[in-house]
Amino acid sequence: MSAIIEYAPLLWQGLMTTILVAVLSGALCLIVAFSMGLARLSRYWIIRWPAGVFVEIFRGTSLIVQMFWFFYALPFFGIQLHPLTAAVLALGLNEGAYAAEVVRGAISSRAKGQNEAGIALGMSPALRLRRILIPQSIPAMLPPFGNVMVDLLKNTSLVSLVTVTDLTFRAQMIRSSTGETAAVFLTILVMYFLLSVLLAMLTQWLEKRYALDRRALAVQRKVLRQESLKDKAGAL
Amino acid sequence: MIWDNAFAISIIPMLLKGLWVTIQLTLLGTLIAAVLGLVAAVIRRLQIPVVSPAVSFIVIFIRGTPLLIQAYVAFFVLPIYGISFNAFTTGVVIIGINYSAYMAEVYRSGIQGVPNGQWEAATALSLPATRVWFRIILPQAVRTVIPMLGNYLIQMFKDSAVLSAITVVELMATAQSIGTSTYRYLEPLTMAGALFFLVSYPASRLVNKLERRYAPKQ
Repeated sequence: MSAIIEYAPLLWQGLMTTILVAVLSGALCLIVAFSMGLARLSRYWIIRWPAGVFVEIFRGTSLIVQMFWFFYALPFFGIQLHPLTAAVLALGLNEGAYAAEVVRGAISSRAKGQNEAGIALGMSPALRLRRILIPQSIPAMLPPFGNVMVDLLKNTSLVSLVTVTDLTFRAQMIRSSTGETAAVFLTILVMYFLLSVLLAMLTQWLEKRYALDRRALAVQRKVLRQESLKDKAGAL
Repeated sequence: MIWDNAFAISIIPMLLKGLWVTIQLTLLGTLIAAVLGLVAAVIRRLQIPVVSPAVSFIVIFIRGTPLLIQAYVAFFVLPIYGISFNAFTTGVVIIGINYSAYMAEVYRSGIQGVPNGQWEAATALSLPATRVWFRIILPQAVRTVIPMLGNYLIQMFKDSAVLSAITVVELMATAQSIGTSTYRYLEPLTMAGALFFLVSYPASRLVNKLERRYAPKQ
């Protein structure tokens, strides 16, 4: 255990990198989720189609393959990415593809009358989306988004494989220089667990904060629980 | 020329061998996950003091930590205490345990979905507990769970690539080792991605179809 205390600053640096990767790729994930999710709802096939291909490709292959591809294969096209960039790009695009399905599902399951009322009032499609459909969909999106974010956080451990010096990478360093394998890995296991619990709590707080009304939320949660079981994401 | 077609074709047999290992990993892992998940779900439901909360905590802990670190613990830490298997076995067991935590939740919803009347009828007939579980509750619970099992199978297929980090020579590790030995990463990585996609995309379409056909009427 003494090795852990001695190397605590190194683990701290790793933790900060992990959080940085999670925040950056989380932001990218949200951008991808909304742009691709909304594009898949477009009336025009020229917009709908490429978004569909993007989502299916990123959901259909492994995250780790995508990350290695950005890091090792892109240089063959003359694009040399910084490890952190490659890692954030892969994580953000991959989890974004999952989150895009959340956005699409939440918006397309809005009560039809809401959209029709918007049409009757002469609102443009963009205005309907911005003022009616998206605000109403946010509470429904929050729980599955929380799951995607917990998943993203856990998957940040994979960035250590493309040489980003995150928590896992630092742990490997400490392990090879001290041989304190059990202590190091159990420490970071607990650290990752605490991070996921914090993230899950944050999601729950947001859910309560943005609930349309409490009773509706209870029903919605029940439905979403069923839904989220389908994506492994299921969170905590 | 960036993409070397002849090279890409020449590595197909090796990649297919890797794919076969990935498929074995997935099938065996799913088997472990399906069984352990069921056990965990039943223990949680029985509400045995100490045991049930402990199982609940383990399930939550597994869901809250990365698969990669769990694999590292099994691969690097357990041998210190004299427990060591080869990489493949370790990989199968770890991914099986990891997914069993998710499966437990699926089973739980399946068990909850069994109407109360079934429990009451079993009590009224004073059937022994084992018979209630094995002949009445589980057959009904598992039926609703089967389509979801398909989803997890596909997820596990993609996730198993993580196990390349503990030297399981599956599809991803094969692509990587071809890359390091030939200094060409573009073809093996692209082809590995394509193989993952070629299996998982049709499989997920099939599962969706099954899901719609066998969905319980609500």
